Amino acid sequence: MRLTIALAQINTILGDLRANLEKHLVFIEDARRSGADLVLFPELSLTGYVLQDLVPAVATLTEADDPIFKALLKASRGIDMVVGFVDEDARHRFHIASAYLSRGEVVHIHHKVYLPTYGLFDEGRFFAPGNSVRAFDTRFGRCGMLICEDFWHVSPPYLLWQDGADLLLFSSASPGRGLAEVSKLESSAWVEHTNRAYAGLFTTFVAHANRTGFEDGLNFWGGSTVYDPDGKLLVQAPYFEEALTLCDMDMNQLHRTRARLPLLRDENPALVQRELKRMQHGN
Amino acid sequence: MEINLSIDTGLVRKVLVEFIHSEITRAGFTRAVVNLSGGLDSSVSCALAVEALGAGNVLALRLPYATSARDSLDHAQLLIDQLGIEARTFPITEMADGLIALEAGMSRVRQGNIMARLRMIVAYDQSEAFKGLVVGTGNKTEILLGYTTLYGDSACALNPIGDLYKTQVRQLARALTIPEAIIAKPPTADLWAGQTDEGELGFTYAEVDKLLYLLVDQRYKPEECVEAGFSEAFVRAVVERIRRNQFKRILPPVAKLSNRTVGYDFLYLRDWGT
Repeated sequence: MRLTIALAQINTILGDLRANLEKHLVFIEDARRSGADLVLFPELSLTGYVLQDLVPAVATLTEADDPIFKALLKASRGIDMVVGFVDEDARHRFHIASAYLSRGEVVHIHHKVYLPTYGLFDEGRFFAPGNSVRAFDTRFGRCGMLICEDFWHVSPPYLLWQDGADLLLFSSASPGRGLAEVSKLESSAWVEHTNRAYAGLFTTFVAHANRTGFEDGLNFWGGSTVYDPDGKLLVQAPYFEEALTLCDMDMNQLHRTRARLPLLRDENPALVQRELKRMQHGN
Repeated sequence: MEINLSIDTGLVRKVLVEFIHSEITRAGFTRAVVNLSGGLDSSVSCALAVEALGAGNVLALRLPYATSARDSLDHAQLLIDQLGIEARTFPITEMADGLIALEAGMSRVRQGNIMARLRMIVAYDQSEAFKGLVVGTGNKTEILLGYTTLYGDSACALNPIGDLYKTQVRQLARALTIPEAIIAKPPTADLWAGQTDEGELGFTYAEVDKLLYLLVDQRYKPEECVEAGFSEAFVRAVVERIRRNQFKRILPPVAKLSNRTVGYDFLYLRDWGT
């Protein structure tokens, strides 16, 4: 089976849902016309990233009559998509969220589990953390979604792998930082390094959409990627510039890689569970 | 640890040019104003602004005082000619002397601050006349050391070079082909004859940039900097300078009384809605 994924590496307008929705619809239509099956947007793609006190004002409900999701769900009849937004739950807690939409339905919502609240980040001040990491079935096989800091921690990708995900869909709004003599920011090098490692260690596909543009002095570096189960870079979007980047993925690579390297077959989650339990109980 | 402040100038240039373009256009402007002293920092900010906005959209201001070095004006002109931008020259001598003459025996620090603040007034007046935002020229070294006049040379609408140490600004200047005469001369605020930054600070940029890199970027403790080879007196003086000048790096504190107060729990980026 083949799957064409489109990485929608966009800039956003801070706090303007309507304007961001319009841009989504343009990129979604371009992706569909280009023959893509699935389009992946960055973290908080509908709202912008450094929201601070704008969080309650831009929170969305993923209901069919919500004006933003109504338009996206309609568009999802032609192509599957992952969009980033602020999810307000029934108890009015606000989450950084990604939604997988397909054929007019919300298939899965992931709430960002790890909210960076250090250095230049202050997410824990404004958002509630998610509490689950689950893979889900799509018409292209089983997938898992994570958001930025979620995949700086090794356990969420591991859990998705063990829950059956053969395609990891990562989104981020990663501020560029770290100068050196080399022509790549340290933050870009780090993310590429870890994403490639997940692809190789888990013998799985890893697609990552990062945003571009600026919010005050923060730059977002783009450079979205797809790695295959051998850890090979299939495609990379340009740094710093908006782009719709397509990648034709041969899903049979999973078969070939795992025949050669049976890391999934030999992984022993029961051992991991046993040892973690022992550590938690302090003996 | 080896301290290497080398940067990839191509990458830095791309980010800073796009930063200037983004922050000026989303504020509803297309133009910029730069106070061009003839020194390294303002030359780099000006060249970046030209790359971001086009030569026709950048106004360079030369604002000499009677005692300003002739070199300052000449070097500014070199860059103006090289970039092909509009420039205006407003001597600030009469404006400054009007205030300085009101009190006998005014210290040269006071006089220097008056000059720096008058240059700010001219820049902001020209900002309105030219419909351009004031692009800042303060580097990371002087921001951290507080080697700047509050509401004077530090005043701007956006600052592209504030996260680059002086030695890094010099690397970027070479990439931007700033005239060698500007890159090579000793840095000076040029507020009185013979003043140089390094003479006034008591240490060189090459030394202090390395120390600041350890203290700030690499989060070394002061005693670890001493272990790394810096003299204890130097480390102590720089740490104290950074602390004492924090007030220049933040907005003045508002006394909190209500449930929601600007600066504490009324939190929005400047780019809100854009």
